Amino acid sequence: MTSDVRLVDMTLRDGMHAVDHQFTPDQMREVAGALDEAGMDVIEMSHGDGMGGSSINYGFAAASTADYLEAVTDVISNAKLSVLLLPGIGTVEQLELAVEQGADVCRIATHVTEADVSQEHFEYLEALGLEATGLLMLSHMAPPETVLEQAKLMESYGADYVYVMDSAGAMLPQDVRDRVELLAEELDCGVGFHAHNNLGLGIGNTLAGIEAGAETVDGCLRGLGAGAGNAQMEVLVGVLQKAGYEVSPDFFGVMDAAEDILLPMLTPETMPEVDNDTLLLGYAGVYSSFLRHTRRVAKRFDLDPRDILVELGEMGVVGGQEDMITDVAAHMAERAGGRPAEADD
Amino acid sequence: MPLDAAIVGPGNIGTDLMYKILDRGEQIDLKRMIGIFPVEESPGLQAAVEAGVDVGTEGLDSVRKYADEFDIVFEATSAKVHLANAPVYEELGLFAIDLTPAAVGPYCVPVVNGDAVLDAADNVNMVTCGGQATIPIVHAVDRIAPVEYAEIVATIASKSAGPGTRQNIDEFTQTTAAGLREVGGADRSKAIIVLNPAEPPIMMRNTIYTQVPDTADIDAVRDSVADVEAQVQAYVPGYRVTLDPIVKDQSDVGFDLGDTVIVTTMIEVEGEGQYLEPYAGNLDIMTSAALAAGERVAEGLAAGVPAGGASDD
Repeated sequence: MTSDVRLVDMTLRDGMHAVDHQFTPDQMREVAGALDEAGMDVIEMSHGDGMGGSSINYGFAAASTADYLEAVTDVISNAKLSVLLLPGIGTVEQLELAVEQGADVCRIATHVTEADVSQEHFEYLEALGLEATGLLMLSHMAPPETVLEQAKLMESYGADYVYVMDSAGAMLPQDVRDRVELLAEELDCGVGFHAHNNLGLGIGNTLAGIEAGAETVDGCLRGLGAGAGNAQMEVLVGVLQKAGYEVSPDFFGVMDAAEDILLPMLTPETMPEVDNDTLLLGYAGVYSSFLRHTRRVAKRFDLDPRDILVELGEMGVVGGQEDMITDVAAHMAERAGGRPAEADD
Repeated sequence: MPLDAAIVGPGNIGTDLMYKILDRGEQIDLKRMIGIFPVEESPGLQAAVEAGVDVGTEGLDSVRKYADEFDIVFEATSAKVHLANAPVYEELGLFAIDLTPAAVGPYCVPVVNGDAVLDAADNVNMVTCGGQATIPIVHAVDRIAPVEYAEIVATIASKSAGPGTRQNIDEFTQTTAAGLREVGGADRSKAIIVLNPAEPPIMMRNTIYTQVPDTADIDAVRDSVADVEAQVQAYVPGYRVTLDPIVKDQSDVGFDLGDTVIVTTMIEVEGEGQYLEPYAGNLDIMTSAALAAGERVAEGLAAGVPAGGASDD
């Protein structure tokens, strides 16, 4: 069937942030199978920070990329299987592995002003004839003209789609429209939008993005994902149908995947919600996956996570700089004369 | 007696290195800067002329032509060019200090393996900026507590990342990770690089995570890191530890640590600002380390150790 908007489910990728990258291969298989059966267009899986993201800085995943891929490939028959790579964290070697193990789409993400680090990765995919999507992270940090200039670079490297990523969940609907509209007008390739719900705008912003010309959008079952989560997929399917858009997934099928399959795997602690900390992520414009790391570090140094997030926001940290959380907190605690940075218990 | 040197590749790195040698080279006498473009088209060669350094404009042909003038070559071109040049340096009996990612010779991190490698080889590679900044810390930890796994995050200002780094970003992570094992002593390793576009540009900063047995003597680790910091500062003045080693245990992370803990150390590198901006500590540490390696080669020669010869001093 033809659809108006392509839906990418990232429960098993951005959703990995919410569970500290601890989904097991069996859990991934179950969720991927349910999504495929429900008719999802694209199913993305990998460590939350992409292949190669398993690390001390971002958290080790429960299994290797190879094991996860092996677990999901044979339950996906209709959907396209997508993987994520952040140049600087993962390398072409991981792309090679993913392609060998059946990935159909590779999404390459860079900070919104640094698209040129992705050239070698796009060219690798181009040579294989594989579908490639470029993701411009933290797009709220650059004006629309800069986002366009960087999107054009990715397009020139061979991207089939370029996404405006609201990685900090910091955009208002107008910010989304300004960026997506400009890209949709100026690019030959498709445009996508990726929301985080930190300001409670996950679904609203996604709708704004589609109205502004996004052909593909991201979401997660039950709104899983970094920070306050992404656009809630089953809600998105319902909202888009109500708004008169044709979408591929079956509404009830996606709802069942969310409630019957995913929900039992979660705990109140791993279920994203808009709370004071996630609200601060969106307000201060901080990369959503900093949330759980910041909470742990705040506990250790006896600080309010919000104070750490505000300072990180002022410093203009970008995705990947999770190490700065400890740096900021240790020095903050030292200044406050609180628990010293030397504490080692 | 000073060692006569040439720089091949008058780009940002080569030009910064030139000023460092002229500023504070003790046993290195810079004889010539060699490029491939006419002087009027090369800011680096112009800088050399202004500084009173002779120039060559024909690349490898200039190296051959003036080879009698110098004993050591600093390669500041690209990996591809060094791969072609290295056999010629060898044929001409020139010691090569390679600042490109080519890695024809063994990795050299002066404070860790300078003595051993500079006496044993006649072509050494300076790893990467992230490697020069973080390998000394991994080594400092590893000599106290065996490092099972080392992971580093190098964050540099977008403005200080040139097209070479950007087009070959995988090369940075792969080479740095190899250096963490081969020179730093870690059993396993990973390197991450992040570019940050904030204005004003941020200093180069590095986080070094080392996973060690939970029985490790942390006070001894801290002393060892402080000791290495001082030794690196001797050749990279802007190198400083910004977070003394702290320990993270199971309660601090979201994954299973087994019988290990994570020692986290952070450092910052401020450039000297001879030619490049002080925030470009990532470029500064490469040229500073290369100069230190050159000085060490000169010392070895003065002490009668033939470069590249067998020696057991």
